[in-house]
Amino acid sequence: MAQDAMRPARRLRATAEPAVVRTPAQLAWRQLRRHRMALVGGAVLVVLYTVVLLAEFLAPYGLDFSDRERFFHPPTVPMFRDAQGWSLRPFVHLTTLQDPGLRTYVADPTRRYYVRLLVRGEPYRLFGLIPSSWHLFGVDPPARLFLMGTDQSGRDQFSRIMYGSRISMSIGVLAAAITIPIGMLYGGIAGYYGGRVDNLMMRAAEIIMAFPGFYLLLALSAVLPTHVGCTTRFYLITVILAFLGWAGFSRLIRGMVLALKAQEYVLAAKAAGMNDLPIIVRHILPNTASLVIVVATLGIPGAILGESALSFFGFGVREPCASWGNLLTAASNLPTLMLSPWLLFPGVFIVAAVVAFNLFGDGLRDALDPRMRTG
Amino acid sequence: MLRHILRRLLQMIPMLLGITLVSFAIIQLSPGDFLAEMRLNPIVSPQTVEQMRRNFGLDQPLHVQYLRWLWNAVRLDFGYSFAYHVPVMWLIGSRLFNTLVLNVVALAVAWAIAIPLGIHAARRQYSWSDNALSFAAYVGISTPTFFSGLFLLYWAFKTGWLPIGGMTSIQFDELAWWQKVLDVAHHMVVPVLVLGVFSVAGLMRQMRANLLEVLRQDYVRTARAKGLPEPVVLSKHAVRNAINPLITIFGFELGGLLGGSAILENVIGWPGLGKLIVEAVLQKDLYVVMASLVIGSVMLVVGNLIADILLAYSDPRIRYE
Repeated sequence: MAQDAMRPARRLRATAEPAVVRTPAQLAWRQLRRHRMALVGGAVLVVLYTVVLLAEFLAPYGLDFSDRERFFHPPTVPMFRDAQGWSLRPFVHLTTLQDPGLRTYVADPTRRYYVRLLVRGEPYRLFGLIPSSWHLFGVDPPARLFLMGTDQSGRDQFSRIMYGSRISMSIGVLAAAITIPIGMLYGGIAGYYGGRVDNLMMRAAEIIMAFPGFYLLLALSAVLPTHVGCTTRFYLITVILAFLGWAGFSRLIRGMVLALKAQEYVLAAKAAGMNDLPIIVRHILPNTASLVIVVATLGIPGAILGESALSFFGFGVREPCASWGNLLTAASNLPTLMLSPWLLFPGVFIVAAVVAFNLFGDGLRDALDPRMRTG
Repeated sequence: MLRHILRRLLQMIPMLLGITLVSFAIIQLSPGDFLAEMRLNPIVSPQTVEQMRRNFGLDQPLHVQYLRWLWNAVRLDFGYSFAYHVPVMWLIGSRLFNTLVLNVVALAVAWAIAIPLGIHAARRQYSWSDNALSFAAYVGISTPTFFSGLFLLYWAFKTGWLPIGGMTSIQFDELAWWQKVLDVAHHMVVPVLVLGVFSVAGLMRQMRANLLEVLRQDYVRTARAKGLPEPVVLSKHAVRNAINPLITIFGFELGGLLGGSAILENVIGWPGLGKLIVEAVLQKDLYVVMASLVIGSVMLVVGNLIADILLAYSDPRIRYE
């Protein structure tokens, strides 16, 4: 009610002052800024993609680093105080395995190992180019800094989660990059021609949508060759995820194109003698852009979940590559999980990434929808 | 109404054909088959393998294999499982029941929780509890079931209140029938919680959005203006109309009953169809994979059909000729 009452007043003011012309992008940004949860989601995404870029630098240990003496080591929490008193700098103690069956470790409190910033460690190439051996933080060996514990072969889970972000965070984006052009073209053609063509094309798309998603994902992953490197497998899984996604996406586009093709500018293009395909690609599809952006953002989490579920069962990206899904596989052994609950940490990252995408996507939808603008 | 149903049924036929064709194509594309392992086994003679090949009809050309399989499938005969040496229908039959029991209970729980929560959230839009529920819903739809399943299993272990995985206890066969029911119910708490929370999140958001939309309508304002008490406005005028669009979701969920729990079943060791298909894919048990794919999709299609019929029944505007 209050908003309705405000509206005439604002219109009056708008006529009195010279109108400020804003581009659609500026309007959307203004709207997005007001959506606090969407901004939080966006910020989390920025952090996660920073991790993707700087994984080697942020991870104290390498992807293949393993400390066989410290398998299923619980997370080491940096301390500020021990029997000797307080310290302003966080430190850890050296631990040794006490009982291999129960996997208990004892700390040696006599010596402090300080957590240091910018330490030298395993060499790597930043962005695949710049050789470096600096790591953001670490402790001096023989002490270890396992922020999120280790797995069965003593590999640092935190480091592997950092590396795993590469696969988990990029698979959704890559799948969307394949889905979008195919879905747009398919939906555009179906919607533009309508009638029999539309009917046939949509029925075909519906067949894909009729399968229970996970069953189809599973059956398709069984088609993949097993003896390929994990990078190849990663790309193949991406293709499968895109194959599952395009159908639903093209139906949305088709619905929008059905409405758009009745617009006058389409008629004008036709009257000017333009061919059908250029009309679809140059005049109709660009108008679906806002829908595409929103659907893509909201579709990425689906692909992330799909990949992690597949990898969790061992049908997706496999060892030695790390993805958040296949890191969680270690937790699927229940007796192991009961003793080492920290193996669930990769799942926290999956949830965080998916929540962030959903929040950001919802905010984006409101921001790009002119009807939702509050001025 | 009848014509509408008939029409939809006829439309289903080419779709079902397409589904079987795609399933068949996927199976044919997958490298290696069950017999490949047998060929490597020194105990099994090449003649036996050849014999099995012929028995399963694998020596026939592809189109013959497909048509033969299709003809049998129409009569609900999905062939033999290579791994278990029993008809696929036997295998699927028992697993199907377990999956359905789990999902029906989860569905009922989810609806019973989600509708009141959605109504509450819509009535107090932007209140503290609405915001909290919204955020919880985001986390709910964003949590993969295998993660929440593992998490709850760990919690069950820590508290010792609930059994850790499986569907029955070891001494299940010795229990009286009512103890059996209780035993299964006890094992069901964790999976129902996981599946329930997952669908509560989506349903609640939908219910909230629908009710907000309806509450803005003129007839609600009229009802309020003529002095009806708020509970009556809500229950008689608003909620009824807001639930209508949920019928589509109900049909969809009905169809998704089989697929929804697939991942979770494997995590907690629930002997359902989802667990069967993962095992079958691992063992290259062709006919089991195909039958699960087809049965799963048929359920989805039928669920959509039921949703359509329900919707046409409740909303006369949809019944078109």
